[in-house]
Amino acid sequence: MHVSMPTDVRNPQYYHKVVDCQWACPAHTNVPEYLRLIAQGRFTESYLLNRESNVFPGILGRTCDRPCEPACRRGRIDGKPVAICRLKRVAADLRDDITPYLPTAPTVRNGKRIALVGAGPSALTVANDLLPIGYGVVIHERISRAGGLMRFNIPAFRLPESVLDEETQCIIDMGAEVRYNTPVHSLKALLSEGYDAVFVGSGAPKGKELDIPGRWDDGARGSIHIGIEWLGSVHFGHIEKIGARVLIIGVGNTAMDCCRTSRRLGGIDTKVVARRSRPYFKASPWELDDAEEEGIDIVENHAPKRFVIENGTLVGMEFERLEWSESDGKQVSRVLDTVILPCDEVILAIGQDNAFPWIERDIGIAFDRWEMPVVDRITMQSSLPGVFFGGDAAWGPQNIIWAVEHGHQAAISIHQYCHGASVADRPPQGMHLASTKMGMHSWAYSNDFNPSPRSKMSHTELVERFSKISVEVELGFTPEQTATEVQRCLNCDIETHFTASLCIECDACVDVCPVSCLTIAPPADSEAELRTRLSAPAVNLEQALYLSPALPQTKRLMVKDEDLCLHCGLCAERCPTAAWDMAKFALVLPYAFGSSGINLPATV
Amino acid sequence: MTSIAKPPVRHPGLVRNELGLSVRDYEGSMSTLCAGCGHDSVTAALVQAAWELALPPHRAAKMSGIGCSSKTTAYFMRQSHGFNSVHGRMPSVTTGASAANRDLTYIGISGDGDSLSIGLGQLSHAIRRNVRMLYVIDNNGVYGLTKGQFSASADVGSTSKKGETNVQPPIDPVLLALTLGATFVARSFSGDKAQLVPILKAGLLHNGMALIDVISPCVTFNDHEGSTKSYKFTREHEVEISAADFVPLRREITAPAAEAGVTSVTMHDGSMVRFRQTHDGYDPTSRESAYAHVRACQLRHEVATGLLFIDERGSDMHAMANTVSTPLVDLPYEQLCPGNAALQKLMEKYR
Repeated sequence: MHVSMPTDVRNPQYYHKVVDCQWACPAHTNVPEYLRLIAQGRFTESYLLNRESNVFPGILGRTCDRPCEPACRRGRIDGKPVAICRLKRVAADLRDDITPYLPTAPTVRNGKRIALVGAGPSALTVANDLLPIGYGVVIHERISRAGGLMRFNIPAFRLPESVLDEETQCIIDMGAEVRYNTPVHSLKALLSEGYDAVFVGSGAPKGKELDIPGRWDDGARGSIHIGIEWLGSVHFGHIEKIGARVLIIGVGNTAMDCCRTSRRLGGIDTKVVARRSRPYFKASPWELDDAEEEGIDIVENHAPKRFVIENGTLVGMEFERLEWSESDGKQVSRVLDTVILPCDEVILAIGQDNAFPWIERDIGIAFDRWEMPVVDRITMQSSLPGVFFGGDAAWGPQNIIWAVEHGHQAAISIHQYCHGASVADRPPQGMHLASTKMGMHSWAYSNDFNPSPRSKMSHTELVERFSKISVEVELGFTPEQTATEVQRCLNCDIETHFTASLCIECDACVDVCPVSCLTIAPPADSEAELRTRLSAPAVNLEQALYLSPALPQTKRLMVKDEDLCLHCGLCAERCPTAAWDMAKFALVLPYAFGSSGINLPATV
Repeated sequence: MTSIAKPPVRHPGLVRNELGLSVRDYEGSMSTLCAGCGHDSVTAALVQAAWELALPPHRAAKMSGIGCSSKTTAYFMRQSHGFNSVHGRMPSVTTGASAANRDLTYIGISGDGDSLSIGLGQLSHAIRRNVRMLYVIDNNGVYGLTKGQFSASADVGSTSKKGETNVQPPIDPVLLALTLGATFVARSFSGDKAQLVPILKAGLLHNGMALIDVISPCVTFNDHEGSTKSYKFTREHEVEISAADFVPLRREITAPAAEAGVTSVTMHDGSMVRFRQTHDGYDPTSRESAYAHVRACQLRHEVATGLLFIDERGSDMHAMANTVSTPLVDLPYEQLCPGNAALQKLMEKYR
């Protein structure tokens, strides 16, 4: 590749990738913009901007897996990303009534009826996107409430029921017909009811088993629980207490919810037991921290061997202590010895499986060798046209924000399908780009760098949180914390936009850049070679290099390494010819109902 | 001019020199010059040169007079000493400072107004005394601070921003310095750091005055069509007649010494300047040849750049005056001020 090819910044994907958080978010939420709205105290607008892409800001502001945060450029600057997720919660907590701004269903429907299986995040997103454009939506829900996994698998101390109720109900109130307590037993039967399309968002509701000696012994069976089922039983009040000594097997986020719930139900000595060492844990680091703060022991490198049963009761579990080493690029284990950890009850949280006993195998839906439906990665359509999958039902357990994005994409597909268009024909993404220059050294965003460290979330006192399972642990940010934390955002969507024809090659931008992003370099044979010749060698290969067209005077190129740009605007302030500008980029995402921006109040 | 301070964030890959300092430790406060000013690039080149040489900032003194150029001493090496003198008097003040403390590295920053108009006599005598200093003239051909009148270095025929033509002949600091016996004469361009940085490094280690005339475009008053000191004109008319690659002492010299077209000059501290011949028959160690070449370029309306002349055998001010080798501040009081009896003895010699 010859790199004298200039970067095409008119392709929305180039500037989109610079906005690391938005790029990493499955739903591509416009994070910097909603943080700026919070900074201005415009919580309602911030919430609505969030809602457009991620549909459940209040829920996700407490429970999201936050793919945005590890991606955040601020993390590469001073080690800690902006607390994006918890700021989202601030907007959700402090907003006004949003009902006047929510889309409404037209009085005249379009005559199409869609069946949704499940009322979890993916199906509700489909409903959210299709109801405003006149679709009839019928939701078939197994239990008596909406929310799916968000309701019965996320404990109330992390997600208050009121938040869940409000954000699910506002979608249903747009005019969805919900059939509660109506499990679907046969897809064939559902299809025969004459729907125009069917969306399956039934989740991955089956917890994995641990089939080791003792599992099925009479004395043990009642003391061994499957994590997600147990959390559901706690939610519905069927289980109200647990033994004092509890072992949680597995170290994913479900294990974290199980151990913290167990601690609240009387499991004062709750241990989480993991096969591997800490760097390989599946749980998010902050969830591990929260569990340890509550006195949960996390035991590494222990592989379950058998349940120990004495006199007909479970008294412990035997584990092999492992030592891991690397061999041929693979982690291999060696057994050191075995130990018995005493316990009264055990909760298995080692993963979830999908289960589709209700889908007949002869109706045209292909299943793969893992008994998972074959689903198109882009269109969400199964091999039976008109039947779509999303959320955990599509490819196994992921997370809420992925489920939401599946819902958006499936809604687009359903809309195309119902109107005879090809589902593979995806509507394009677009972009807006507008200068933020307000005058001399004056920009429409705060370009001053705030060196404050990441704000720490304050938590409810331990004694109080153990008093009742519904006491929310995280208290949200104070106004002062919020004000500081939003300023930590580097405004990566305010792009350094370059017009080569204006450049006089005075070097002012190169000289002033605090993080040595810029170089004026002769054309190179390859990008790899160019990366070594920059003001500061570009080591982060994930990050793009911007290459300008040939500069007017010397035919060299302006090169920008996007990696550590602070978006401080000094290059533009120092540019005598305004060849550099700070321009606000806004990605325009297609939705079934149109595109992003159309459902927001005019002020956003 | 910039409204915000430079963020304290640094690129994690910044290399540190042997003092443990990164290039950003050689920066000063934010420039208040016009955006795109050539002087800011000269400042950046100085920062780079001082960092590459691992110059201890507290052992340097930044000297200047009055003008846009003279403001720039505030914009680099914030931990160094400095003296912002009366207009055009920087060479004399530096002479005095160097007389008192010969161990500091003196960095004089001046402009075409400060050095070629009001301070021309001062400059001339500092050259004759061969004060050990780096003397940078940020040369833009106009009085930028007073709205762009022609300066003493403006070329005949060059036009002002409003279209007036200059009719008075220019003073060329390079030819002037060569005539007055300067031992290190160079010309460079603010828009060419690859050339400027090695010259600045060599100049900082020269044993005597290192005069560097830097064409540094005034982006506000002298960067238009008709200017002969604009970015565009300089790029189109620059002729590098002698390329200097500075090789500091500490670095192992790997390039073959006998490479064709390469000559080496050993500096007084043992470091070397290597010259790559870019122009037939050019000899940077011959004053006559240098003068002739620069003059010939001038007649062809070319801007001769590079390290044009170097004489490392010349005596500096302290050698000529046979001064004490210790900075005065380090002399014991009895030696610095030996008392009335010693004074009377000295006076006796002149009776």
